Amino acid sequence: MKRTFAILLRNPLSLLGLLLIALVVFSAVFADFITPFPAHVGAVVDFANFNRPPEWPYIMGTDLVGRDLFTRIVYAYRISLILGVVVLAIAVPIGVTIGLTAGYFGGWIEYVLMRITDVFLSIPPLVLAMSMMGVLEPTLTNGMIAVTAMWWPWYTRLVYNLTRSEKEEGYVLAAEVIGASKTHVMFREILPNCVPSILTKMTLDLGFVILIASSLSFLGLGVQPPTPDLGSMVADGAKYLPDSWWLTVFPGLAILIAVFGFNLVGDALREILGAEQ
Amino acid sequence: MNAPTLQIRDLNLGFRTYAGMIEVLHGISLHIGRGERVALVGESGSGKSVTARIILGLLQSLRSARISGRVEFEGRDLERLAERERHALRGTKMSMIFQDPTSSLNPVYTIATQFREVLERGNPGIREAQARSQAIAALDDVAISEPERVLNSYPFQLSGGMNQRVMIAMALANEPSLLIADEPGTALDVTVQAQTLKLMRDLVQRHNTAVLFISHNLGVVREFADRVYVIYKGRIVEQGSAAALFEDPRHPYTRALLKAVPRITGGGIPEIEDASESYFAPLVVHEGFGEPGVVG
Repeated sequence: MKRTFAILLRNPLSLLGLLLIALVVFSAVFADFITPFPAHVGAVVDFANFNRPPEWPYIMGTDLVGRDLFTRIVYAYRISLILGVVVLAIAVPIGVTIGLTAGYFGGWIEYVLMRITDVFLSIPPLVLAMSMMGVLEPTLTNGMIAVTAMWWPWYTRLVYNLTRSEKEEGYVLAAEVIGASKTHVMFREILPNCVPSILTKMTLDLGFVILIASSLSFLGLGVQPPTPDLGSMVADGAKYLPDSWWLTVFPGLAILIAVFGFNLVGDALREILGAEQ
Repeated sequence: MNAPTLQIRDLNLGFRTYAGMIEVLHGISLHIGRGERVALVGESGSGKSVTARIILGLLQSLRSARISGRVEFEGRDLERLAERERHALRGTKMSMIFQDPTSSLNPVYTIATQFREVLERGNPGIREAQARSQAIAALDDVAISEPERVLNSYPFQLSGGMNQRVMIAMALANEPSLLIADEPGTALDVTVQAQTLKLMRDLVQRHNTAVLFISHNLGVVREFADRVYVIYKGRIVEQGSAAALFEDPRHPYTRALLKAVPRITGGGIPEIEDASESYFAPLVVHEGFGEPGVVG
């Protein structure tokens, strides 16, 4: 663990990634202290200062009702990160457990579990999430449910394949021979050997979850106003391009920074941990 | 308590596949007395390892496997035991050593953790300190000079020979009455293999553990075993004491196997004359090798 971190710091690209992640996490956690107008998160209207280009004290300009864009972007990070972490915290255990079970038991259990997984995988992810959001109320919680529903099958696939190959390793047979229970073999013997790949995918996915959530809100299916969201900010500003460029460029850059950071670190992790994908 | 440690009678095994039934074992019978070292010798695919897995009860749960015959362990018919009772035997009364010691240990845990899990099988609720001192004593027995350091290592930090000795120590830790060694040390180089086998022989002699030694290497078998069964295409073709069998191999397949042991002078690859049914006809039983239970 310590060694992995040291290697991450040495490589310039992964160091950049770590810095970007640190920036995103820092602003999400300390949003209340670093933003000049915390009140602008909500339904505030200030027509005296609406649609201003970047200038002090509005370093990223203001939106169409006069709210500070910088403040809203920082708070949007907080919501994106919460969404990403919650989605993975639910999707990964579900996907991993199903994948382990299918891979380890084989037979009809594998057949049933993996075909259900395939059904989910066969629907384009964004379409699945969109249709779910179309049925459900567009709230943060429902957004999480929709993204989670499309995310777990990928972990099932990953862990299923890893389990299939780990299961043939000598230590699994050795554990079975000394009388280890099936759950012990699955969770204590096989799972720890899959952790590097799972961690790598989680790091990469945190960026993608943020991107997908932004896509949903770009389409108006995500978090609803006045709660700030990067996707809906880009969507709102797109109508005023190119004159009011700051309305789209800064939220877009914010998405880029987050996704880019998690991707750089994820790629580096994949190489360090030698994880197969 | 005069029942032999292991008694197999007329064991048949087949696998159902899409291409139909594939017969793997044809009426295997063998027995292993208490503390006896018995070798099962044959080429790859002859049915050695599946026999071991049936003894351990690992094939019974496979839906495609069809097994008939009797396997008695210390006089108890394994088929009649509930899965829970069979499960209780594994790792306590029976244990096993594998071909490749390094892959038989889980790379994510230290030797100490894995050793403790083995000891917990035999003694649930064993204390940390007690497990540790038992492990150290066991590692001492297999001539590991720095047991403390080895316990704190991960398998990939140790050499193959070290791992092999760790495996032997673990396999014998719960004082099993039967140890199955499936081509132990085949993945190691010859000198290390010879050392660990000698060590293992001394240990099982001391603990009076019966061993089923599975191998294709006759040189090794000669060193290790009291008695030998030669298995070919799922049938026992010759059986006898190690001395008699090596002195006077009678079955053509045994002779071919013996010729296949590499010698410095060379001699070419032996021909196996004929693999037809008639090849199996004469089951050779050497003298003084009568009914199981009488010997043993």
